[in-house]
Amino acid sequence: MLEIIVSIFILLGAGFALIASIGVVRMPDTLCRLHAATKAGAFGLSLMLLALVIANPSPRTIIQSCLIILFFYLTAPIAAHLIGRLTHSSKHSHHAAGNSRKVDDTNKHADSQTTDHRNAELSTPNNR
Amino acid sequence: MFSEIIQLPNWVLIIAQTLIGAGVLLTVWRIAIGPTPFDRIVALDLLAALIMAQLVTLVFTSSFVSYLDAATAIAVIAFIATVALAQYLETKENI
Repeated sequence: MLEIIVSIFILLGAGFALIASIGVVRMPDTLCRLHAATKAGAFGLSLMLLALVIANPSPRTIIQSCLIILFFYLTAPIAAHLIGRLTHSSKHSHHAAGNSRKVDDTNKHADSQTTDHRNAELSTPNNR
Repeated sequence: MFSEIIQLPNWVLIIAQTLIGAGVLLTVWRIAIGPTPFDRIVALDLLAALIMAQLVTLVFTSSFVSYLDAATAIAVIAFIATVALAQYLETKENI
């Protein structure tokens, strides 16, 4: 019974890690890639450490796995925030360039232009 | 330091290592072709997490718990590297 639970946790963790890297490859934008990599990667890793804690509940494994999970969940948002702020204020980001171009236009159709821009960006295949 | 770990069926660990290895290949592909430096930093951050997951599967196959020390060190180094690269690119943008 315990083997089945541990196996399910391991396979789920590996699947989330694979989903994170597929998102990093397939997403159209730097911020979307950041979203995929940060959340799914941290969740997959913590699932695998949880499987290790279930499989071997010795004090050393429990303490060290909990320390790794805690450290990862404390530092991943900080790193993601740094990269996201840098991307948003950067010049060679496609996203930031599109936003600054739209600011010069009239504010009336800002929302529809935003959605048009996002749809066009998502549908262009040469953007990845 | 060896310790008692439940023996899992072999195919579970093989499938998990294959999935994580495919993820490492995709992430390295993004590092190679990334259009901006930020994509490369994001992919490097994910690559550290994937290597840590691979180390956890190594703990299961070899029942050698000290691989977790390597995972801790990789977590710390990846965070510091991400922050340092972000600061470096930020100062480079402002100049």
